[in-house]
Amino acid sequence: MNPTPSLTAPATGVKGSAPGGTAGSDRPASGLSAAERVLSLVQRQGVLAVLLLVVVIASFAYPTFAGLDNARGVLIQASFLAIVALGMTLVIITGGIDLSVGSVFALGGVLAAWASQWGLLPALLVPLVVCGAIGTLNGLLIARAGMAPFIVTLASLLGARGLLLAFTDEGATTYLVPKGSAFAELGQGSIGGFGHPILVALVLLGIGGLVLQRTSFGQTLFAVGGSGDAATLMGLPVARAKVTVYLLSGLLAGFAGALNAARLSSGVTIIGTGMELDAIAAVVIGGTLLVGGAGSISGTLWGVLLLAVIQNLINQIGSLNSSYQSVVSGGFLILVVVAQRYVSRSRRTL
Amino acid sequence: MAPPEAAPFEAAPPEAATPATSGAPSSAAPTVLEAHGVGKRFPGVVALDDVSFSLRAGEVHALVGENGAGKSTLIKALTGVHRPDSGELLLSGRPVRFARPSEAQAAGISTIYQEVNLVPLMSVARNIFLGREPRNRFGLIDFPRMHAEAAALLGGFGVTVDPRRPLDSLGIGTQQMVALARAVSVEAHVVVMDEPTSSLEPREVETLFRIIDDLRRRDIAVVYVSHRMDELYRICDRVTVLRDGRHIHTGPIGGLDRMRLVSMMLGREISEVRRHGMTSFGSEGHDVARKPVLTATGLARRHQLDDVSLELHPGEVLGLGGLLGSGRSETAKALAGALALDAGQVRVDGAPLGRFSSAGAIRAGISLLPEDRKAEGIVPGLSVRENIVLAALPRLSRLGIVSRARQDRVVDIFMKRLRIKASSPEQKVGELSGGNQQKVLLARWLCLEPKVLLLDEPTRGIDVGAKAEVQALIDELAQEGLAVLLISSDIEELVEGSDRIVVLRSGGTVGELVGENVSEDALLAALADHTTPTQDSPNPADTTTGAPVPAAEPSAAGSAPAQASPPADPAPAAEEDPR
Repeated sequence: MNPTPSLTAPATGVKGSAPGGTAGSDRPASGLSAAERVLSLVQRQGVLAVLLLVVVIASFAYPTFAGLDNARGVLIQASFLAIVALGMTLVIITGGIDLSVGSVFALGGVLAAWASQWGLLPALLVPLVVCGAIGTLNGLLIARAGMAPFIVTLASLLGARGLLLAFTDEGATTYLVPKGSAFAELGQGSIGGFGHPILVALVLLGIGGLVLQRTSFGQTLFAVGGSGDAATLMGLPVARAKVTVYLLSGLLAGFAGALNAARLSSGVTIIGTGMELDAIAAVVIGGTLLVGGAGSISGTLWGVLLLAVIQNLINQIGSLNSSYQSVVSGGFLILVVVAQRYVSRSRRTL
Repeated sequence: MAPPEAAPFEAAPPEAATPATSGAPSSAAPTVLEAHGVGKRFPGVVALDDVSFSLRAGEVHALVGENGAGKSTLIKALTGVHRPDSGELLLSGRPVRFARPSEAQAAGISTIYQEVNLVPLMSVARNIFLGREPRNRFGLIDFPRMHAEAAALLGGFGVTVDPRRPLDSLGIGTQQMVALARAVSVEAHVVVMDEPTSSLEPREVETLFRIIDDLRRRDIAVVYVSHRMDELYRICDRVTVLRDGRHIHTGPIGGLDRMRLVSMMLGREISEVRRHGMTSFGSEGHDVARKPVLTATGLARRHQLDDVSLELHPGEVLGLGGLLGSGRSETAKALAGALALDAGQVRVDGAPLGRFSSAGAIRAGISLLPEDRKAEGIVPGLSVRENIVLAALPRLSRLGIVSRARQDRVVDIFMKRLRIKASSPEQKVGELSGGNQQKVLLARWLCLEPKVLLLDEPTRGIDVGAKAEVQALIDELAQEGLAVLLISSDIEELVEGSDRIVVLRSGGTVGELVGENVSEDALLAALADHTTPTQDSPNPADTTTGAPVPAAEPSAAGSAPAQASPPADPAPAAEEDPR
């Protein structure tokens, strides 16, 4: 476990190269200077470097870690959080936050397990409709009524958890997914040894990245988070963009919950507690600014994987209490935020 | 939402417009945008009162006025940011209503706001094309094309910058050019520019003027807001003057005398000089100590202050003259340590203030009564007592425990002395009138026992009675030996309240009015002219009284003839009263 030096290594390299870039960037005519390129790369892909380093070191230290089976396990584990974190990334880029995703994830799972008795389509549609409605309500209260995202989504965190408990008789009733049904296959089947959830998550992240980087809607999200006033004055549909991201976040969390229920063959009620915080941590570790205006889906993917790898590693080190996983994840979060500040300040002074 | 009677927002081409209906005759150009009797009120203020404004195709129309004149509100009403309470907007002769900025933009009204309103973290090209990005055949943004178009657009403006760079890596002037590129690259019929040059370098200003000329040729109307007289006279065709939310004047700028324009903005007639007439300042000057208590040298801050130097003596009221945007408030803030400076030094009693911090300035005995009472001064939810003792708490407490008895004593003294009208010291300040709020603020700073009191618009927005009381108080404080710096848009207040007036223009000191020259005419002349009106020695005691013209000593700067007789200003000589 020595990720600490690996994260600071690129940062110190940056410091050394900064003075060299100053001369070039004084002229407005120049393009991106070398130092700027390095800093920009660190800002965007620094987490990937850390992730690779951790993986390489862990592979040497723990041969079981490098095995294909273990890798599949890590990826499956990460895929649900990845789908939730995708929605969270969009929300955070607009400068908001969605605390309700953990509860919505659990609610989506229970609703899907309950509806799976009528087949695949209801099992997917019911959670999507309910969770989409919760997301839309969040968005409307935030964008139209001007309420604080923290408060609104905290309320729906409690509300969704309450609905879930009411629906399951305070957790006494567990809905099971029929064995061998198409819905169960969606969660448990695999292609080329990689479980369906992994592939679904990758496809969704790919679409998400494309939408964020290559469509007007994606650009609007950056503008809303970067400067809401400017976005309004430029005539961009600010309120619509906000409602849409909360809707998407609700849909994605509900869908991830349904997928998880399919994998576990039942709607587990105690699941998803604190998941919103894991998602936020993954997004921030991935380089998305918590204040909004900058971020990427790829960064979120690396952040999710880093958290999953850390968890897996701590399980591998049998002697270490698995509770330490949170400690290490928390440490990474702090490191990333410090590094972000450092990098963005260096960029500004270039 | 737009009511049914409003026209759809696609603007008709200017050719199809109705003929100009504005007062100015002999103009063939059609009116593109018109405001009729527009009114807008905010809680407690009438920002616009029955203002009419018309804009012709292909003209550059200056919109001028002091702080609170209503320029920004009018612009916001034209661009869909504010909805006017009354009156109507006509676009090419058809009534329109804009519910939000996007509707005004869709109708062909594009705006460059005073503070750059772009997204700092996004790239230059993305900022220019936000909301209307070029797409490829898959419906995705075509980045190569977007970057090429952005580079070409900026290149036309003389800006060579990699369009992939994040906006916040550019200088503020370049950012402004990007905003300009965005504004003119849409199909606009009207381009509104709110102080576009305030953060531009001279070279960039030239580029801007070239672009404006180009817009004019393409029959696009430009609304140009600026405080820089030279620019207005150089680039604008007509001018509209607003004051206190009302329309004062519209006409060609060419034949308009500069002094006349300034006097319309300030609401003072050139001949209307009644020294010691209407304000409550004492008529005789103060006993001024010879040794300055505060000396500022070469204060500079990019785009805001450029070599401001002044001395402030105990027992005098020094006026700081200048139009809006001349660096008046910035100077006061710099002296109070509230504005980081690039260069310059402030000394109090000979000792330099180290790092610029408000706490350091307060310790050194400098207090600032800020311009914006609501935002930077009072805490409305706290009581009169709490507001007064706020800044003095460290002095009134021992080991962090605040002595209530000492507080009450201080508060009692100041409430009596400043005649603060409140039901009790425990009344909330938010419930008091503007004048009493201002007195509470004044009390807060006075109980720190400052050596230097900086007053930024101390009587703005307060009623006549309270105004007179505050003015009398300023006078009294100076008599007691306090050094007072007075900033006021009210030219009468400035002239009658000040022993000397330092004149600022474009962030630098350009002259000083001393003794007999502390007159409205001389000040108007100094504000309107590019040349330095007077260069007196800093010590008022040395002034020769009865100098026939403001220029006591012609400078060696080559502007001597202009100084000897300012072209637009015969008034000072005529009004002079030699003793």
